[in-house]
Amino acid sequence: MTELLSVSGISKRFRGLTAVSNVSFNVHAGEIFAVIGPNGAGKTTLFSMIAGALAPDEGRITFAGERIEGLRPDQIARRGIGRTFQIVRPFPALSVEDNVVIGALLQTDALDRAHQIAEQTMVQLDLIGKRDQIASSLTLPDRKRLEVARALATGPKLLLLDEVMAGLRPTETDRIVATLRELNAGGVTILLIEHVMRAVTALASRILVLHHGAAIAEGSPEQVLRDPAVIESYLGAESL
Amino acid sequence: MPPLGRALCALLLLACLAAPLVADRYLLSVLILVFYFAYLGQAWNLLMGFAGQLSLGHALYLGLGAYTATALWTLFGIGPWIGVFIAIPVATAAGLAVGWLGWRFAIQGVYFALLTIAFAEFTRIGFDHLAITGASAGLFLSVSTPGADKWWNLGGGPLLYYYIALALAVGATLLVARLRRSPLGYRWLAVREDPEAAQAAGINIIRARMIAMAISAGMTAIGGVFYGFYYRNLFPSQVFDISRSIEIIIAPIIGGLGTIFGPIVGAIILTPLGESLTALIQHFGVNTPGAKSIFYGLVLMVIISLQPSGVWPWLARRLGLNRSRP
Repeated sequence: MTELLSVSGISKRFRGLTAVSNVSFNVHAGEIFAVIGPNGAGKTTLFSMIAGALAPDEGRITFAGERIEGLRPDQIARRGIGRTFQIVRPFPALSVEDNVVIGALLQTDALDRAHQIAEQTMVQLDLIGKRDQIASSLTLPDRKRLEVARALATGPKLLLLDEVMAGLRPTETDRIVATLRELNAGGVTILLIEHVMRAVTALASRILVLHHGAAIAEGSPEQVLRDPAVIESYLGAESL
Repeated sequence: MPPLGRALCALLLLACLAAPLVADRYLLSVLILVFYFAYLGQAWNLLMGFAGQLSLGHALYLGLGAYTATALWTLFGIGPWIGVFIAIPVATAAGLAVGWLGWRFAIQGVYFALLTIAFAEFTRIGFDHLAITGASAGLFLSVSTPGADKWWNLGGGPLLYYYIALALAVGATLLVARLRRSPLGYRWLAVREDPEAAQAAGINIIRARMIAMAISAGMTAIGGVFYGFYYRNLFPSQVFDISRSIEIIIAPIIGGLGTIFGPIVGAIILTPLGESLTALIQHFGVNTPGAKSIFYGLVLMVIISLQPSGVWPWLARRLGLNRSRP
């Protein structure tokens, strides 16, 4: 398999605190790769460095054969990485459709075409019935779907999802899991950061576990979840 | 736009075109101000209402436009129709400098607004000492210069200024409406709504803001050329003053920020309001200094507290002009 994203030896320090320490992993084209870890493990910092919101202090990030560490978020988006935000950030005063059209305008400068792409994306994410609603009036599950829709409309090769299941009910989680499977089957590689283990085990082909900023395990869900270090640090000693 | 909206626009435009047939000189001068403020409101609203960047220093671009064109005329005899094409890049360059300094160093919101005020203020002080344009004693356009009263030198009777101001207001509205529906317009809205999310969607936010600034400053400079040749005298303490910047922004705020018709509706309300307050105060013989400003301020407060998002969105709802999917 070819590597779409390759992270090697990246670190990030905030003053004295090392948030991410010498983390390396590869994401293959076409897979769903999950990063898990307890709160404060450095997941979001890692994610922000890949998306360009933070520049790593050390290490390299290669996407589709090109070094991207330290580029601006918009430059990274143009290269084919779409992202969502952990705390959803739709464009609040705009309609659902306009939100998605703005994403689609990364693929084309023709508005007609952008509207077509937006329409397909809204169908995929079950938002088409709400296209004229103002984004700030949506419920949380719909806002999360909109977040995914806007990122997806940019036509990414890699979709970065930051805790899109957090705060959703199990039925809604299952719905979005099904949607992500479809997207992945359609050829989009997905890197997700997730707390909801139900979703991770249902989706991911491989998992990376972070703890105190360092990678403590990597492998298939079965391997990782049986790893004693993972059980102790993340799932809690009581689950032994 | 729904058919009713089109019909209303056409009717309003026809009325404006025909107004000089019935209007007296005074009414024409009021309408000229309405168009002038509608025009400048469009220019400012492009930057604030669409791209979300608060400028409280648009007097800078107004003054640069006015001074560039009038100085070219008085010093070198270069007429305003050519001068305007020099005034635009001068003001645009100033706007880009302000924008770059602010946004490059992530100065946002009210701090950016302070920066815009600062630039207008020190430019005012600079012009106060610039001998070639008359310094603080002002720059005057002589009416006795040969050709000064010809339309190609932007001189003449009120009708000339009336139709130029009308053309500016209509042209600006068409331009803004077109930009709003362009990919650039969508990107501006994204940057206004959430810069970080806009960036994640692949938008170069500094570039988007810089384009908005360039267009807004350039448009304001054209308004400045009009100002210079309409009033025919310029003082740094007036044209670069913060009160110029404030009067530019009131119409779009009252009319509706980020809307295409807001600046027009605002200008239609405000200029006649100011004029009628003046007339009323004279009629009742009120001599208290500042009485007009107090009443004017009170009316603005009432309007804004009743319609915080502006008069136009409310009016559009009442007239049934809201966009709806067919």
